[in-house]
Amino acid sequence: MNRLVIKGGRVVDPAQNLDGLYNVYVMSGRVASIKKAEADTSEVGSGVDIIDATGLTVIPGLIDAHAHLREPGYEYKEDIRTGTLAAAAGGFTAVMCMANTKPVNDNESITRYILNRAEGAMSRVYPVGAVSMGLKGERLTEMAELKAAGCVAFSDDGVPVANSGLMRRALEYSKVANLPVISHAEEHELVGAGVMNEGDVSTRLGLKGIPNAAEDTMVARDLSLAELTGGRLHIAHVSTRGAVELIRNAKARGVRVTAEATPHHLALTDEAVEGYDTNAKMNPPLRSKEDVDALRAGVKDGTIDCIATDHAPHSSMEKDIEFDKASNGIIGLETAFSVIYGLVENGVFTLSEAVRAMSTNPAKAFGIEGGRLSVGSPANMAIVDLGRSWTVDPRQLNSKSKNSPWLGRVLLGVVVKTVLAGNIVYSRA
Amino acid sequence: MRLKRKDLLGIAELERDELELLLSTAESFKEVSEREIKKVPTLRGRTIINLFYEASTRTRTSFEIAAKRMSADCINISVSTSSVVKGETLRDTAKNLEAMRPDCIVVRHSCSGTPAMLSRYLACPVVNAGDGAHEHPSQALLDMLTVKERLGGIDGIKISIIGDITHSRVARSNIYGFTKMGAEVTVAGPPTMLPPGIEKLGCRATTSMEDAIRGADVLMMLRIQSERQAEPLFPSVREYSRLYGLDEARLRAAKKDVLILHPGPINRGVEISPEVADGPYSLILDQVTNGVAVRMAIFYLLLGGAKEGLQEGVKA
Repeated sequence: MNRLVIKGGRVVDPAQNLDGLYNVYVMSGRVASIKKAEADTSEVGSGVDIIDATGLTVIPGLIDAHAHLREPGYEYKEDIRTGTLAAAAGGFTAVMCMANTKPVNDNESITRYILNRAEGAMSRVYPVGAVSMGLKGERLTEMAELKAAGCVAFSDDGVPVANSGLMRRALEYSKVANLPVISHAEEHELVGAGVMNEGDVSTRLGLKGIPNAAEDTMVARDLSLAELTGGRLHIAHVSTRGAVELIRNAKARGVRVTAEATPHHLALTDEAVEGYDTNAKMNPPLRSKEDVDALRAGVKDGTIDCIATDHAPHSSMEKDIEFDKASNGIIGLETAFSVIYGLVENGVFTLSEAVRAMSTNPAKAFGIEGGRLSVGSPANMAIVDLGRSWTVDPRQLNSKSKNSPWLGRVLLGVVVKTVLAGNIVYSRA
Repeated sequence: MRLKRKDLLGIAELERDELELLLSTAESFKEVSEREIKKVPTLRGRTIINLFYEASTRTRTSFEIAAKRMSADCINISVSTSSVVKGETLRDTAKNLEAMRPDCIVVRHSCSGTPAMLSRYLACPVVNAGDGAHEHPSQALLDMLTVKERLGGIDGIKISIIGDITHSRVARSNIYGFTKMGAEVTVAGPPTMLPPGIEKLGCRATTSMEDAIRGADVLMMLRIQSERQAEPLFPSVREYSRLYGLDEARLRAAKKDVLILHPGPINRGVEISPEVADGPYSLILDQVTNGVAVRMAIFYLLLGGAKEGLQEGVKA
């Protein structure tokens, strides 16, 4: 039974419309009370740990709806221990891990293995089960059993469900588990051999482009199938202005859809590929400024519910090679908060909007405990110093892989402490 | 005199005075190839490696002859005979080659950006001999040299590049090169072969062959790869040839003394008819001859041969 008080910090909790100086009292891993700092005259008894958060900001622990922890099968890229360490260092107290492991998380024994490995980890792990066996797009997984084992959603992420008939059945059948189907929306034939956004930059660099339509057409299909079936759909890593508009319209019609965008799609354009930087190669690709602007507007108006990292660790063997041959994706857990806080600092989002998209909404969308600091909630929180900056140094990253486009960059907003169930799981010097 | 850079990766980053230096140096080297003893001692004791990850006869031979005429030792490595098949990464191959202390590595690769990547790993100069659909700087230089010789200059001329612009590194390098030298560049091809934003490279784009031919001083025909039918970028070679092939009938709409270039290898009867390829306006073989001189100039300006070497070699 732990007792802890976080004193004098600015608490920002969009779930309760809270933004002010509060003392947060924690008992037995949960928030016991939260009191206005100026009016709080309670005596702190002995045996209670105190975190002095004066000058710091306290937010509900971040929840990542999209990460690849690579275990089992690709432990040379990342494992559950290093992935959750990276999560804690980034202020995340919960991580949803995608099913494209080896073997694929398409049956309850793999789900149980993952959860077993996550026991005692530095952040909560919520597995996402596959939609189809082996991600092959042929047969549905046993969704009810996957849910019973601990899965919180279904996705073939990494590859789209190309077969529209199967996607229809997945959205229909997932209702037995009452969990969302996460769509990696990409029309393969339109992607072709593309390796970056199709546009001026791909023309200049002589790299094969991926048009926005590769995403737009698939998002349109999946929204239409969600409407047909009444199933719960979540669109992963939205990257195009067309997709934002389609989702906005679908929500207005009452389609049961949520969506996410990544920090890199919100912060970078395809100009980052200049110089053939393979840490700017991802799928979907970094898009144009118009797309970035539309994504930002989507987060602001709630069309895009969540900001999720799509943390995708790859070793130098997969990244330090020819651009065409390099693997897609970048790590994101340790930089996500700072990258988004950079946008807050530039006036793109308010801090409250950022926390809503990184904690409140993912908790709601996937039924994950937390996402708020009200009485009775798990005492999961990040304590951040918004006035301090840090340099992204590959040697200091907790992730096994170092594939980040922000290496060497100075970012504003430092996660100083991460608290999980009342325990300090990360502390920055 | 040397270039202001370690590597020659593309024309995009070159200044006009660097282009002029390369062209005038190439002009002075042309004479070496006309001698009975075609050799100058300029790069004696230097080692140049041709690292070719993509099939090439003309370009590789041209670089090799250029190196040998300057007395450098030249080694050719092509993908089928190297350790690449054993799964070695490009970086490892390059670092191993560098450990043998070459003075320059010439690289061709089907992936755009590979020479740029190698240049970051290697201390020695890297010359791009063609990377994916990105750039082919030595080709553009030899094209510019060929046009300059015939027309006396490049400033103010009109050149049209016709064919599959999307997949062409030759087109990109030439758009940069000719526009920097003051020419007006038009690219033409079917809409499926004109990449988005190509105008931002400094050229005009059209889908009309007539439009491209009319008023042009130079027509550059690009090789059409029949595999592109499968993608599908065009329905048939027959239709492509009818719409964008250059034959004598089409040529009647052109300027009287129009010049015809082609980077080769040509598909006779597809993008260019045999009569035009072998006709009086065709400079296709002059391009090949100039290729050697241009590559000698590239080596000279990057490796900075001994001063007296050039003086002796050229004046003797």
